[in-house]
Amino acid sequence: MVLVKQSSVALNRLGALRGVMQRFALLALVGASFALMLLGKADTVLVERARTSIADSVAPVLDVLSRPAASLAQAVETVREFTALHEENQRLRADNERLMRWQMVARKLEAENEALRALQNFRPEPEASFVSARVVADTGGAFAHSLLMLAGGGDGVRKGQAVMTGEGLVGRVAEVGRRTSRVLLITDINSRIPVMVGEGRQRAIMAGENTDRPRLIYLPANAGVVPGDLVVTSGAAGAFPQGLPVGVVASVEDGVVRVAPYVQRDRLEVVQAVDYGLSGILSGTALE
Amino acid sequence: MRPTLWQRMDTMARHMVPFVLTLLLILLAATPTHLPGMVRVGPMLSLIGVYYWAVYRPDLMGYGSAFTLGLFEDILTGAPLGSGALTLLIATGLVVSQYKFFKNKSFAVTWWAFAVVAFLATGARWLAVSLIYGVGTDLQTVAVEYMLTLALYPVLGWVLARAQLYLIKDA
Repeated sequence: MVLVKQSSVALNRLGALRGVMQRFALLALVGASFALMLLGKADTVLVERARTSIADSVAPVLDVLSRPAASLAQAVETVREFTALHEENQRLRADNERLMRWQMVARKLEAENEALRALQNFRPEPEASFVSARVVADTGGAFAHSLLMLAGGGDGVRKGQAVMTGEGLVGRVAEVGRRTSRVLLITDINSRIPVMVGEGRQRAIMAGENTDRPRLIYLPANAGVVPGDLVVTSGAAGAFPQGLPVGVVASVEDGVVRVAPYVQRDRLEVVQAVDYGLSGILSGTALE
Repeated sequence: MRPTLWQRMDTMARHMVPFVLTLLLILLAATPTHLPGMVRVGPMLSLIGVYYWAVYRPDLMGYGSAFTLGLFEDILTGAPLGSGALTLLIATGLVVSQYKFFKNKSFAVTWWAFAVVAFLATGARWLAVSLIYGVGTDLQTVAVEYMLTLALYPVLGWVLARAQLYLIKDA
């Protein structure tokens, strides 16, 4: 009887001890989370290396997972295209006519540009080279706007390169692994892109806010920007070349100017990292 | 009778099911779906996974697992390091501290409790991320994600219950 009592007391004590240990573990891990947040904020090389190596190692799994989703999306798209074939054709014919006229204008301007450059000993911009890759992870949401592309340092992707689709600017390369690279989207809260707005070519910075409508800051008060104005990169700071299409001004309310990017995030399947031969403030060499 | 080596390995594999399934949910959430609108907001699948296992198999979803899974998610999604780990830790901590409440409760009650736990965990994450960035991040997106996650809980919960029944059994 005494023995049973003693052992139950011992068990109770063991249980209480375990409870204390568990609570301690919780507190320690919560503390570790906060410590990691500070460490990540400091943006050390160590954190980046951990990120890229983990992204590299799960890339094959992500690649396999992303394929059925992509082909399903394609199937849906095909059906939709079939149903709207007639209207699509008519629209394309009209588009074609309009574009032919533009082509004539562009040819004329090109010839004129060449002639003027020859007159002025103009040094042409270096030729751009591309690395195209599939998007294997796309994380939106409230806390981060970035994606992983299936091409890394071995394929010629470098930190700071502009990432584009045919539609416009997607973001910039933030981290480069062996097989994958992380692209910081122009909508991410950490993204700051020097841009020009409208026909007045007003300089501003486009700042992401983790929403799908980034905001223009440092825009002069009398800029006279109206919805529909085009937004292109300004080439300031040498990060990106001048004139990459970014989006259009979506709204101007109480001095807050928001931009609708050209890029449709849900359609991103293949993106291109573009090397313009620029080594601006965001390039790898500047940071390392 | 002592279990054979084979039996022990089998049990170990079954005990890893919650962790591995939640890991898969994290990868799934990061996969591009190409659904209009779904890239801007997505349900927090990892929160559902961790909550489910903390309620039904607390022995197989401890603080260490929750922390590791959250950290992995942060690294994969590019979210501020540690913020996802904090979210999952808070969710696990809430469930474990109220284990008496969760014992033998109906599905509706655990769903309702999930609404509370997810609200607190997501709120804490929003606060932490806003502090890190120095500005309040968009609350509307967080709210939409929260509602999506809540709506998806019954479906995913059913799937996880099947997994528990067939993969873990009583191991």
